[in-house]
Amino acid sequence: METSTVNNNFKSEEYFINMGPQHPATHGVLRLLLTIDGETIKKVEPDLGYIHRSIEKMCERDSYQQIVHLTDRMDYLSSNINNEAVCLAVENALQIEVPDRVKVIRTIIGELTRIASHNLWWGVMGMDVGALTTYFYAFRDREMINDIFEETCGARLTMNYNIPGGLMFDIHPNFVKRVKEFIAHFKTKLPEYDTLLTNNVIFQKRMRGVGMLSKEDAISYGASGPVGRGSGYSCDVRKLHPYSALDKVTFNEALRTEGDSFARYEVRIQEMWESMSIVEQLIDNIPEGDYKVETNAVIKLPKGEFYQKVETARGELGVYIISTGTKNPYRLKFRSPGFSNLSLLNHIAVGGKIGDLVASMATLDLVIPDIDR
Amino acid sequence: MTNEALQNLINTWIPDPVTSELEFTEEESQFLNISVQPADLHQLMFQLKNNTDTNFDYLFCLSGVDWGKELGVVYHLESTTHRHIIVVKVKTEDRENPVFDSVCDIWKTAEFHEREVFDFFGIKFNNHPNLKRLFLTEDWDGFPLRKDYVDEINMIVK
Repeated sequence: METSTVNNNFKSEEYFINMGPQHPATHGVLRLLLTIDGETIKKVEPDLGYIHRSIEKMCERDSYQQIVHLTDRMDYLSSNINNEAVCLAVENALQIEVPDRVKVIRTIIGELTRIASHNLWWGVMGMDVGALTTYFYAFRDREMINDIFEETCGARLTMNYNIPGGLMFDIHPNFVKRVKEFIAHFKTKLPEYDTLLTNNVIFQKRMRGVGMLSKEDAISYGASGPVGRGSGYSCDVRKLHPYSALDKVTFNEALRTEGDSFARYEVRIQEMWESMSIVEQLIDNIPEGDYKVETNAVIKLPKGEFYQKVETARGELGVYIISTGTKNPYRLKFRSPGFSNLSLLNHIAVGGKIGDLVASMATLDLVIPDIDR
Repeated sequence: MTNEALQNLINTWIPDPVTSELEFTEEESQFLNISVQPADLHQLMFQLKNNTDTNFDYLFCLSGVDWGKELGVVYHLESTTHRHIIVVKVKTEDRENPVFDSVCDIWKTAEFHEREVFDFFGIKFNNHPNLKRLFLTEDWDGFPLRKDYVDEINMIVK
């Protein structure tokens, strides 16, 4: 009884602590202002802008072909899907129908990008909670995808393979063979990931019941991608608004209802399996034909407003173009998935410990240039 | 719900069509657009979210726009139950002190998005819990995404 009186009278002090901008767990230049009481988090306030390049303003200066190149530098781990988003928006505005070959190749490359991105996330996720081995496993397997991309278009990370009207070049003769090799290889490696990390008791203890996000809050905070789907919110743009060849394939939307960090983890693991299945369905049936349709050297969009959604590895990317009929957009807004996902960090971290914040933040899979743009 | 049905339903919410004019258009856009007066914005948004027939619970894009003469905000809304989409636009000609009501209390994601709009367009939002610059530093002069922004050292536009 005496002890409780003492505890009630004891007033602890809240204080601020800076996490970042050079903290290893923020994977980039994100600064978090933490208000903490002992080890308990009272408030998380992100401070952004360390890598802001004002891409939206630059877009008002550039032609539509040039804009595609800037999108690589947003979410650099989904660069191909970002490129595709702008290309689809321009093609829809011009009412260009790209050949089936383009659609299928875009989908295959997009899903390979998703695997590569989730793969890297898995590696650093393990690293954030203290398991360094995952990082090397992930990089070993991701290297194969990067090699395929390098052979296809010469770049490993910022591909610029899509252009309005199709693709910059046709696929390399080795493409099909190497993709099949990768799928066969990765099918034997992905179960190892589960043995190494997923089924690890210490890892599970750190993930289960931590960073809780309800379905209602996920929708209200505009969560998308694996963050939304970990809370049972069915938000896969590939299912809701299919683009490219995604209406020709069958796959399951990875959904978990728990809403904790482990649910978001499981969604991404399942998505790697689903992406492999999509690639397998398409790789033997790449239609013959042209790899692009000719567009005018100067692309002018008709007057009006155009909106295109795609599902990147992080969630819903929106491209909102307001055109006045000239060769530059009047206004171009990128609705980036990371920005909305970051806004719920405070919600899931308050009341937890700093160690849990690192683990929860890792399951949001933030890419800072995507947030800052 | 189809765009036509949406338009008919939303029209029934307006008590006096003369003072609170809503403009509907599907021209030059793939979605149904509504233009609303700043004074009616919050009430309309509240209805769009909470009416069970519309139930626009997902604010997926909130953009500031400088139309030259006017400044404004464009809200893209989707319903996760009915899967229909609507675009709400609000504009003001007051470039010195543009103010709209915040929709933070309706969609939590608006808090960050409105701070971004404040940062780049200088549009203020009433009842916003934490309205300050998000990307730029506090002492930054001007609002870069406005069309009349003077970029003296050619940092952005070469």
